[in-house]
Amino acid sequence: MLERCGMKSLEELYSDVPESLKLKRDYELQPQMSEKEVRDFFEELAVRNQPLTCFAGAGFYDHYTPAVVQSIAARSEFLTAYTPYQPEISQGTLQYIFEYQSMMTQLTGMEVSNASMYDGTTALAEAMLMAVSHARKKNRVIVSATLNPIYREVIDTYAHYHGVTVDTIPEVDGITDLNAMREMLAAGDVAGVILPTPNFYGILEDYTGVADAVHAAKALLIMTAPASTLGVIRTPGEWGADIAAGEAQSLGMPLNFGGPYLGYICCTKALIRKLPGRIVGATTDADGQRVFVLTLQAREQHIRRDKATSNICSNQGLMALYVAMYLSLMGAKGLREVNELSAAGAHYLANRLVESGAFELKYPERPFLNEFVVKFKGEVKLADFVEVCNSCGCLPGVMISDDELLVCVTETRTKEEIDRYAWRAETFSKATVPAMNNTDMSN
Amino acid sequence: MNKKYYGKVIFELSRPGRQGYSLPANGCEDALAGLPSDLLRTKSPELPEVDELTVVRHYNNMSTNNFGVDTGFYPLGSCTMKYNPKINEEMASLPAFTALHPFQPSATVQGALEAYYTLQQMLSEIGGMAEFTLNPYAGAHGELTGLMVIRAYHESRGDMKRTKVIVPDSAHGTNPASAAVAGLKVVEVKSLPDGTVDVEALRPLLDETVAAVMMTNPNTVGIFEHNIPEIAEMVHACGALLYYDGANLNPLLGVARPGDMGFDVMHINLHKTFSTPHGGGGPGSGPVGVRAGLEQFLPNPRVVKHTGDNGDPLFHLDFGTEKGPHALGRISAWLGNFAVELRALAYILSLGRDGLKLAGTLATLNANYIKESLRDLYELPIDRVCKHEFVFDGLTDKSTGVTTLNVAKRLLDHGFHAPTIYFPLLFHESLMIEPTETESKETLDEFIAVMRDIAREAAETPDVVKNAPLETPIRKPDDTAAALNPVVTFADL
Ligand SMILES: Cc1ncc(COP(=O)(O)O)c(C=O)c1O
Repeated sequence: MLERCGMKSLEELYSDVPESLKLKRDYELQPQMSEKEVRDFFEELAVRNQPLTCFAGAGFYDHYTPAVVQSIAARSEFLTAYTPYQPEISQGTLQYIFEYQSMMTQLTGMEVSNASMYDGTTALAEAMLMAVSHARKKNRVIVSATLNPIYREVIDTYAHYHGVTVDTIPEVDGITDLNAMREMLAAGDVAGVILPTPNFYGILEDYTGVADAVHAAKALLIMTAPASTLGVIRTPGEWGADIAAGEAQSLGMPLNFGGPYLGYICCTKALIRKLPGRIVGATTDADGQRVFVLTLQAREQHIRRDKATSNICSNQGLMALYVAMYLSLMGAKGLREVNELSAAGAHYLANRLVESGAFELKYPERPFLNEFVVKFKGEVKLADFVEVCNSCGCLPGVMISDDELLVCVTETRTKEEIDRYAWRAETFSKATVPAMNNTDMSN
Repeated sequence: MNKKYYGKVIFELSRPGRQGYSLPANGCEDALAGLPSDLLRTKSPELPEVDELTVVRHYNNMSTNNFGVDTGFYPLGSCTMKYNPKINEEMASLPAFTALHPFQPSATVQGALEAYYTLQQMLSEIGGMAEFTLNPYAGAHGELTGLMVIRAYHESRGDMKRTKVIVPDSAHGTNPASAAVAGLKVVEVKSLPDGTVDVEALRPLLDETVAAVMMTNPNTVGIFEHNIPEIAEMVHACGALLYYDGANLNPLLGVARPGDMGFDVMHINLHKTFSTPHGGGGPGSGPVGVRAGLEQFLPNPRVVKHTGDNGDPLFHLDFGTEKGPHALGRISAWLGNFAVELRALAYILSLGRDGLKLAGTLATLNANYIKESLRDLYELPIDRVCKHEFVFDGLTDKSTGVTTLNVAKRLLDHGFHAPTIYFPLLFHESLMIEPTETESKETLDEFIAVMRDIAREAAETPDVVKNAPLETPIRKPDDTAAALNPVVTFADL
């Protein structure tokens, strides 16, 4: 092979690299490992991880993934392909993306969807950029204080560098202060309004009349929801939103310590040319068969460069396959049951925690689905209770302040696990810390 | 690949009452009925009703109309479609990783944090950088993060005038697009006929309004930018920073490091150089590295290593409190595409220091071998030693009317994926070929033979090439109709 290249040594392949730039030593890395050694390495790491019985949500949900999903997503025809630039040999990828888009529009109640964004936070940040680009001269966006703070942080980062002003719509008693929102809209300089449902505290907010107010101010309404909840809650489409953007991890993707997940972004037909990323459309081939292709590419970076709607190129394609298969298996009925079971478990646990005497509901008047905030009433610290739970193999929720815990229940939690959690709270409310540590709470 | 087109959409297989799931009862009392009905959806989503076997057959059948690296040769330039070892999949699927919730206390995720930390250290060594974040989700997201780091650096110095980014005209589309998302204006700099950046054209563009210069090295035509030391000096002299688009890092493995070339900030596409599967478009991963002095600007959260009471290493997450006030904040929900990062770690461990170096060198050898084997029939606009990829400007004989698109489609008939076409934009008929190191000489020779056959066909029976593909599951789709009247959901079909 070297001979064909007119060379005598492999070094000659790098004759164009100045000597001064060449690395004159080996990388400080280990020598190569056999497959067995790699396995040992990972198994040794794995031993130092301890998955916990999960009552935490806060944007990351422990739903069940049916066996079919991962078995088929591992097929190398799907796994080892790239962006379907050659539709003649990529109908598999194109078709599942088309199905994914169809399903996401059904869930969100919107008209169109793209092929995926990186995650919920970046999807929402890009929805914000869509609103600003749509408004042309306005660059202010207002965001409810009830939005998940992680999402807010990502939005703030994007906004800071893109020159977008982000202001907070205050909250009252766990929900968005809609009067304050109306006042902020009255300034006339708002390009977009971002509202969560259910919100960060798990509360289902009542957004009646909001879309009209937002549209009257010539702004776009952007809503975000964990995708699974859209099986039962009122959809962004039904609320009159222009864009729905958020996280679809709850549709069959394992927790995976934060990724890979999938950000969805759906909108009205009027906004389709503002959508970021890939979009798959149906057409016909030279034989007249119905086939699928990447379409409306004139929005994208490889054609429009700095005028593109977004810089996204590689996205989360394979995770769209997860969603398509998950929703095919579950159907509307299964997704409803997932929500029923999750909500039933959450309401049951909420009652038990209140009865334990250790906690009270932070927002007792507010409706919630499967996530809620409890306030710790004990003499000792909430952190101590959390630690005791952890040592018993349970993640009791996410501490959102020194004495508040955001708790989530999904269909994967059994009655026994929920009862054990409640029992720990009961015991805790009666015990002092030293006694707690001596009590065997793991049964 | 199955030549018979499957083509059904799952919604078409739906029959009322069928179901493909089973869920456990938890015995708790229904709570949905107690929620205000106007907060619930009024109409059920129209999702398919199908049994499990139908789902399995449907997606299996669909997959047989798809082409992946495991199907055959995939010389898609700029994408580094190397083989993705199976052990990496298995390691990333260990339940002790997949079941971890981000909010678990750090004591229960020490293995996961160590994996992240270890990969971050390895990439720092490979890139010649001081520190990496693995949080960005893909190359373009890495570019965006890197440009934000650069802006944060200028801002921290009170240098607010730097609003421009300079990118070569050969740059990938994500470079200017990322600059725009980061709120920067794009200025293009011309390339010389040899494909490298024109240093003299760059010089007058450099002033106190430039935040960064973005470069890919080797560049998108596969040529090493040998003037990089001079360029780095010029860029730094004007107070700007030099950004390295690491999409093309593969050929430099073990040979040269971006940090040693004068780059300040870089990203790496783990789904290219470090062999994580491309998944039909993702998920990828785009770690960002910075040289010493810029670590404080990296995004949160970060994995930090301390020493525990017993002297063992102890890993935990830092949300910006330890590294000072200048951290970017967040650019992603947590620690990026974690399971992709695990695959890249497994890959680096498998190859080790010598294997990585050999990978880069063999990728370069394979590319040069194809180039030299076809240059008599395909137009080689830049006649130099290339790195991991190179670009032809179509067939040498332009009289046949056979275009790059035709050649690409004809390759599909022969069981190969097409190269990248019509990019970079420097040439009209770009055909960008990147074989990668994981292909054998036999595969390369087969590809070369087919490319030569196509050139002969173009001369003798041009219509055969122009009408390609003929052997694929579907024929050429009507893209214009798709864009004119977008049908993007089943409801609109
Ligand atoms: C040269 C170059 N830069 C940047 C990118 C963008 O990377 P990603 O697709 O991972 O966002 C690519 C990917 O195709 C590329 O080839």
